[in-house]
Amino acid sequence: MPVSADRTPKKPVTTVDRSIPGAFEGETVTRRRFMTGTVHTAGAIAMAAFTLPAIGFAMGPVFEKREERWEAVGPIGDFPDDKYIPRTLTVEPGIGDVGKSTVYLRKYNPKLDSEAQDEYSAFVAISTRCMHLGCPVRFVEASARFICPCHGGVYDFEGKRTGGPPVRPLDRFYTRVRNGLVEVGPRYSVNSELKRFSPRDPGQPLDGIGPYLYPARPTTRKIPGT
Amino acid sequence: MAKLTPPLPGALRPKPKRPSENGNGATTPKDKLAEVGVSAVDWVDERTSLSAGARWLMFRKVPKGTNWFYTLGSATMFAFLSQAVTGVFLAMYYDPSATRAYESVRHITNEVFLGEFVRGMHKWGSTVMVILVFLHMARTFFFGAYKYPRELNWIIGVVLLLLTLFMSFTGYLLPFDQRSFWATTVALAINGTGPLIGPYLNDFLRAGPEFGVTTLTRFYALHMLVLPGIIAALIGAHLYLVARLGTTAPPWMKADISPELRRDEA
Repeated sequence: MPVSADRTPKKPVTTVDRSIPGAFEGETVTRRRFMTGTVHTAGAIAMAAFTLPAIGFAMGPVFEKREERWEAVGPIGDFPDDKYIPRTLTVEPGIGDVGKSTVYLRKYNPKLDSEAQDEYSAFVAISTRCMHLGCPVRFVEASARFICPCHGGVYDFEGKRTGGPPVRPLDRFYTRVRNGLVEVGPRYSVNSELKRFSPRDPGQPLDGIGPYLYPARPTTRKIPGT
Repeated sequence: MAKLTPPLPGALRPKPKRPSENGNGATTPKDKLAEVGVSAVDWVDERTSLSAGARWLMFRKVPKGTNWFYTLGSATMFAFLSQAVTGVFLAMYYDPSATRAYESVRHITNEVFLGEFVRGMHKWGSTVMVILVFLHMARTFFFGAYKYPRELNWIIGVVLLLLTLFMSFTGYLLPFDQRSFWATTVALAINGTGPLIGPYLNDFLRAGPEFGVTTLTRFYALHMLVLPGIIAALIGAHLYLVARLGTTAPPWMKADISPELRRDEA
């Protein structure tokens, strides 16, 4: 209980002045206060000893480094450059169908594609996760558009948003060719100019200050230099 | 404390014996049995003083005009208790693993005796609880019962409302069918749109960057251990404040002002 200083007379500083029996001269902390402080400190240490590990245990996965997974999806000849071929990919191993996701693949087409070309872009792999709130989109061939069933998000052939609520183009996966097979690797996000960013969750815009408002997780980054 | 304790209501006070009963002072077996009960209660009460607390909690004065709207809080509490009991029994059959959760829920619904009924109680009861929380909140708001000195109780109530909604959110995933999986995916994406902390909060809830092996167990632990514990503790605090501060009269009741005071005002 706080007591205002002007109402109570100031206590003498040392314990001797307060005529506490057995006090040493110049002692400023009573043994009772010392013991109280010790007990509280011991209690706080005991609390921390089980609370901090428990919190760390629960937060652990946030900081866990994940290995880069590459999955072969078929020979080069399977994928034309003017239409998409759907393939099923295991995004998260160990949980059956829940960990699988559909990805749309085609060969890079210099006439259509505006994404910068490098070793990972010989094939274009578009994620089916809508960038509004994460529903699965479907490629409708008749209109050459990706369409989301939930809230009407529409994306063009390149995966750029052309209508509805999504905040950025569809995410993509790194691709590479090994032994004549197309392999699909980690996911990355793109902004409206198809510039690559570390993977983000749906609903997080990447234009303007977006990348700063929605920081990438420190453990899953895009491949350096891409 | 003794002074503050309200007296027992008349119906509960021991009555003196009629002269015609046992006029000769003999005790019947019924009297002896009653005596055993009374002494057992007295034995506990002498060591705990529980009866004073029980009287303080239960035999409070309530204002004139108290009506059925004042039962919405208790109704919400009973909805919570019903959720707790049905939830505990559902946990006996439910298996929170991503590959077997759906199968165990199907087993509860189709094969366990009364399984469909208990699961239905829990499922529909959750909706009932949310509705009751909002009705209780509306009653408090429209009756002005959130005003001094009951602001803290309003704040605790708001926290309880949020916890109730978080219970609904974590419970929705548990059947692990298509609807609950996609609803949770969407809800997590909504959560992730919170600037700066959204992405990190999502990683915590999902236990990683993607919906993974331990997401379901994490939701299950939050749903059946963490949140109910906090809710039960806060309900205790909420009830303590209700008992301590008393309830308000409805706004249409006029205060009874004594004639002297009225003359002073004029």
